[in-house]
Amino acid sequence: MRVGVGLPTTFPDVSGTLIIDWARSAEAHGLASLGVLDRAVHDGYEPLVALASAAAVTSNIELVTMIVIGPLRNTAVLARQSASVHALSRGRLSLGLSIGARKDDYDAAGIDYASRGRRLTEQLASMRDLWDARPLPVPPQRSPLPQLLVGGGSDASFARVARYCDGYIHGGGPPRAFTRAADKARAAWADAGRPGRPHLWGQGYFALGDQATIDAGTAYLRDYYAFTGPYVERIVAELLTTPQSITQFVRGYAEAGCDHLVLFPTVAHLDQVERLATVLAG
Amino acid sequence: MKVVVLGAGPAGMYCALLLKKATPAAEITIIERNPAGATYGWGVVFSDRTLSAFREADYPTYARITEQFVLWDAIDMRFRGELIRCGGHIFAGLARKALLDILRERCLELGIAMRFETEITQLATLPECDLFIAADGVNSLVRQHYAGVFKPSLHVGTSKYIWFGTNRVLDAFTFLFQENEHGLFQVHAYPFNGTTSTFIVETDEATWRRAGLDTTTEAESIDYCEQLFVDDLRGHQLLGNNSKWISFVTVKNATWHVGNTVLLGDAAHTAHFSIGSGTKLAMEDAIALVNSLSTHRDLGEALTSYEVERRPIVETLQQAAHESRTYFEGIARYRHLPPRQFAFNLLTRSGRISYDDLRLRDGAFVAAIDCDIAGSADKSQRLVVTPPPWLTPFALRNVVLSNRVAMSVADSEIATNAGIPTAMFAARLEARAAAGAGLVMTPPVAVTPNGRITAYDTGMYNPDQQQAWAAMIAALRQNHPQARLGITLNHAGRRGSMQSRTRGLDVPLRADGWATVAPTALPYTRGGVVPVALDAAGMERIRDEFVRATHLAADAGFDVMQLHAAHGYLLASFLSPLTNTRDDKYGGNRANRMRFPLEVIDAVRAAWPQDHPLALALTVTDGEGGGICRTSVRRWRWRASSGSTAAI
Repeated sequence: MRVGVGLPTTFPDVSGTLIIDWARSAEAHGLASLGVLDRAVHDGYEPLVALASAAAVTSNIELVTMIVIGPLRNTAVLARQSASVHALSRGRLSLGLSIGARKDDYDAAGIDYASRGRRLTEQLASMRDLWDARPLPVPPQRSPLPQLLVGGGSDASFARVARYCDGYIHGGGPPRAFTRAADKARAAWADAGRPGRPHLWGQGYFALGDQATIDAGTAYLRDYYAFTGPYVERIVAELLTTPQSITQFVRGYAEAGCDHLVLFPTVAHLDQVERLATVLAG
Repeated sequence: MKVVVLGAGPAGMYCALLLKKATPAAEITIIERNPAGATYGWGVVFSDRTLSAFREADYPTYARITEQFVLWDAIDMRFRGELIRCGGHIFAGLARKALLDILRERCLELGIAMRFETEITQLATLPECDLFIAADGVNSLVRQHYAGVFKPSLHVGTSKYIWFGTNRVLDAFTFLFQENEHGLFQVHAYPFNGTTSTFIVETDEATWRRAGLDTTTEAESIDYCEQLFVDDLRGHQLLGNNSKWISFVTVKNATWHVGNTVLLGDAAHTAHFSIGSGTKLAMEDAIALVNSLSTHRDLGEALTSYEVERRPIVETLQQAAHESRTYFEGIARYRHLPPRQFAFNLLTRSGRISYDDLRLRDGAFVAAIDCDIAGSADKSQRLVVTPPPWLTPFALRNVVLSNRVAMSVADSEIATNAGIPTAMFAARLEARAAAGAGLVMTPPVAVTPNGRITAYDTGMYNPDQQQAWAAMIAALRQNHPQARLGITLNHAGRRGSMQSRTRGLDVPLRADGWATVAPTALPYTRGGVVPVALDAAGMERIRDEFVRATHLAADAGFDVMQLHAAHGYLLASFLSPLTNTRDDKYGGNRANRMRFPLEVIDAVRAAWPQDHPLALALTVTDGEGGGICRTSVRRWRWRASSGSTAAI
């Protein structure tokens, strides 16, 4: 299993310089990937734009959207955007799409909320055709097209993985929750008669440092997930705050068959990258 | 805090008394439409696990409940005159009236106001309160009032049942099955005090009408059932308590709370009586709600947290109840089984008790089952030591599988583009045999180039392919003589000419594709390639291609053959009215839609060695309105089994 780190694109008061420095630091510390989240309403950077700038200052680290809320975007534009980031990064993008979790994101974008699942399915169905039909001037050698991934926990999500995608992005939680979802993804894949197996991506949140750092991480999660009501306490309870909890989490995911785990920061300080890399190296 | 509880059933009263203990300052009022002491129904059942939860929650009620208990550990099943007992199932039974008396007494001790004989027809007439607990049962007024929020779904079961009591004393949970000229009836009976037992009679609606029970009075229903079960009642009577024939209603709700109102027990969810969990769930709801209220300051959070905790537990039980209900609704399907196998099937119906669980509970019962099954392939043997059923031989025609594990090579597209299986394919097949599977199946093998799904499917349409298969089988037989090999023959029809599935499922080949065929010229995917509607000559040709493949497969050395009539491939597309809209003798009604697949089956059966089994893979449901559903498949099975196939 490979382990990457999230870019701090969803915090208030984060400068563009920090995003760039973060990307450089993650690559310098040997992390496998840079992940981005997507929300239309919350403070933060647009995920594909952030990845494009990260691509410009790095050369090997993988880039992944976990996830982009597909239905908020025009499919043809999204196809060109993602293919561009893939080419600019010389073949390092994995495009994860999902429906997101918030109605206000849709309201803000002026997109109908009720038909989001159908729209996502249509996007996935046509994404490869759009990539094929309008090839980039020079397709990257490393891999000609981005890996196409989808997230979500419903039966429809697993059906989308099996039908259209290369893999599945789990939404986070303890390793046993990942295991259950991974089993469903693999079963849907086998039912569809797809050769091989789906690539499985996992994610978690961490905050490493003193008590003030952990408190800041907790406060960030409470704010970011305030819309979930009382569920936010469950998310907060799963925040990884010690080297031991990270080690256990990483091992649990590896044993559950995860191919790639991305740990997202809850504190936008550059030292988080180095602290995480130290724990992972240990 | 002012709390109003609507309904003085087990859920309402237990919740009120636990809440009063947790927050003595709360002013709690229970409102109940019936007089104190009135009750419908007879006994309730709890498992030992539920009891320990009661002990934690309120010791005095636990102590009084256990004083009045009857305990038993066996399940009796009488089927076709044979009585079969399985032990090790700990149950405790109690009269529903005794339970209500205990709870009422305890509520009064704690100073909870109880207003009986108070009918509420409008929520507006209720007293003001901070928390409103709706424990008003399966026909909940509160649920109906907030139907827009709770979005209740009520599913009515197809069986008819009636609650009786009997003064015949039973010593076990008892299932009785009795058939007469009207049909099959079953009884769920269990003791609940030293002198009386609950006795529920259930049957399907058609039998119920044939027996005239739709028009009988309570006394006439009692007479009918007493006569039907006269041997089991041994001269004892059935007792009515305003007993009526009813259908079971499964209640589900999208949410269980709104504002300061929360649903509890049957008002929120019901689970079929055959798993005996209604009262248990209701009282566990009460415990969870009070725990949640005492750990959250905010009422909304407390109610959400209650629902978050209870919902998965309730849904799991509702799923088991669904399995159990549909098992009893379709019980006539199992009446041909030998009694002990019938009993095993009955005990494991809901998925909550497995073979392994049963072995822990009653080793002798499972040993007898093992013996039956291990002996089934060879009746001359009397076994003393038996392997577990899945490791016993299984005979289909003259092919004997060494065990009941069938594995298939799921990965398709491991052939050359000439349809010849590759070394990698052979390795995968061999790995299944080496793993010990009694039967190893191929993925779909095309009977003609145009019947391939993708360009890299295996085929069985020319001598080169046959030789490759034969060589593979010979090598496999040498290394794994116990393994039997099965081939799945397929024509992809309109689901063919697709790109490699590494690119996704059902992505059509465009320029490099081949012409596809179907009963009707409808593409498989929206915007996909339109197939050619088959004419009579085309169908005849495909039937002959299936026959040719059958001969080739037999000569190559396969033991078992399966025809693929599922997943939207050619034979399946003839069966479904959604994909077959022909107006000739191959389309329209079910018999016509079955005609071409049956022609293929008959021709293949004639070509396939008579001592080898032929199986059929069928789509169970189209999952879409107007398509194939379970009923149509049941008719299929009848037709096919009366015809020529050996196993479906």
